[in-house]
Amino acid sequence: MLSWPNFISQLFNGLALGALLALISSGLTVIYGTLGVLNLAHGAMFMMGGYGGFVTYQYTHSFALALVGGTLCVLVIGVVTEQVLIRHFYRRPPEDQLLVTFGLGIVFVELVRLGFGSLSLQVSPPEWASGITRMGFLIYPTYRLYVMGIIAVALAVLYLILYRTRIGMIVRAGIEDSGMVDMLGINVFRVFMLVFGIGAAAAGFAGIVDAPVLPLTPDMGDQILVETFVVVVIGGVGSFPGAILGGLIAGEILSITSMFNPSYSQVMLFVVMTLVLLLRPQGLLGQSSRT
Amino acid sequence: MSLLEVEGLNSYYGDSHILFDIAMRVEQHEVVALLGRNGAGKSTTLKSLMGAVRPHSGRVVLDGVSIAGKAAHTIARRGMQLVPEDRRVFGSLNVEDNIVLAGLTAPKRWPLDRIYEMFPRLKERRSSRGTDLSGGEQQMLAIARALVRDPKIVLLDEPFEGLAPIIVHDLVRVCRDLAATGLTIIVVEQNIAAALNLANRAYILNNGHVVHEGVTEELRRDPSILRRHLGV
Repeated sequence: MLSWPNFISQLFNGLALGALLALISSGLTVIYGTLGVLNLAHGAMFMMGGYGGFVTYQYTHSFALALVGGTLCVLVIGVVTEQVLIRHFYRRPPEDQLLVTFGLGIVFVELVRLGFGSLSLQVSPPEWASGITRMGFLIYPTYRLYVMGIIAVALAVLYLILYRTRIGMIVRAGIEDSGMVDMLGINVFRVFMLVFGIGAAAAGFAGIVDAPVLPLTPDMGDQILVETFVVVVIGGVGSFPGAILGGLIAGEILSITSMFNPSYSQVMLFVVMTLVLLLRPQGLLGQSSRT
Repeated sequence: MSLLEVEGLNSYYGDSHILFDIAMRVEQHEVVALLGRNGAGKSTTLKSLMGAVRPHSGRVVLDGVSIAGKAAHTIARRGMQLVPEDRRVFGSLNVEDNIVLAGLTAPKRWPLDRIYEMFPRLKERRSSRGTDLSGGEQQMLAIARALVRDPKIVLLDEPFEGLAPIIVHDLVRVCRDLAATGLTIIVVEQNIAAALNLANRAYILNNGHVVHEGVTEELRRDPSILRRHLGV
């Protein structure tokens, strides 16, 4: 049962899952940090990325275009959602924001179910990334190695946007104090729209990247949403590096625990979250308080 | 025409009425002090002018343009800047990025050199994060952030609060230099001596009403006015 190849392989699985969670969570945490809205429809964004990519793939038979198509589709959905609905809730109490994004998530899931049915859909990995790779004593699906690489690139791009561009500077300032950013002549609502769009797109991108690993179903985002919350809490709300660290930790916990007993993997995740909340309530890389 | 004209300004926090028909005028190149006890509505007045608090009613005209009820970023682009009481420096950005960010949307902006000439301390600390600054340095940065936008009018909310006397002395000097170059300033300050030292004219607020208006000379000559309204 417990052998080295098996363990190493699970470590790799944890890394791939962790990278995926990191990418989705970075979107959620930056949206929450900047807008103050906890987006319960974030799991649906992940799901719609997968379906958007699926449709693109049907028409183009190109996985690379499917990545672009899925991401753009969710970017547009994110921007429109923010413009039409979310922006009317910035001044409303948090419970109203939770209700509206929760409801939105349900609507998105049911619309996709209406269009595509409940049966799972398969996206095959691109030819250049299918098959298996031998790494010493380890045999590992090639596509999963690509998943890690693609997501690492995506995270690097997000990092560069956030830390090396003017827009990123505005977003980081906005995460700290959006009211002050507004008083310095920067239209924060336009920044909010952009952040919501890009945050959603990050989840959508993850959805299509993961599609060859996990078959598409309309409710595939529900489970991911819960795990993403845990990642954000572990890493620190509003912290981009925190989302990455939290994602990797969560991925390994889920993966290694399930090697011993799959039904305990979720439990262990929450145990770790509880420990973090007890020992460091602001999360591993979070700021102590937010005004 | 005055640079800033305020008439019948009313503001609320939730259901509580904070400002009652505030009226004031500020001329170009003038330094005006807003005095009053704690909770008199001084900060709320500044926030209402800046759009950080949306006034319920009233007329606010800046340089001939009505700004009442506009968003803060719009008002900022019209040439007003608020240096808030708690400074609100971006701790995750370094000193220079704080200043650069502030200048991004300014129609006209000060060169960084001019800012650093005015605050040599900020030049020394240009790559320090906002969180690593002392209170005095944070206040300098908050003022620098406003100045880089080359504003027509700056609202200073308790700029000297909680700072060591030597730093207050320096900042008062900076503010005087700014006033001498023609910047228009409204200053809210508990340190009445410093405020009177700086301002040409003062308004006294009490419970959200303007209860006195006059030149600071008069307040210095006749301390009974301050005693009556402020209890000092």
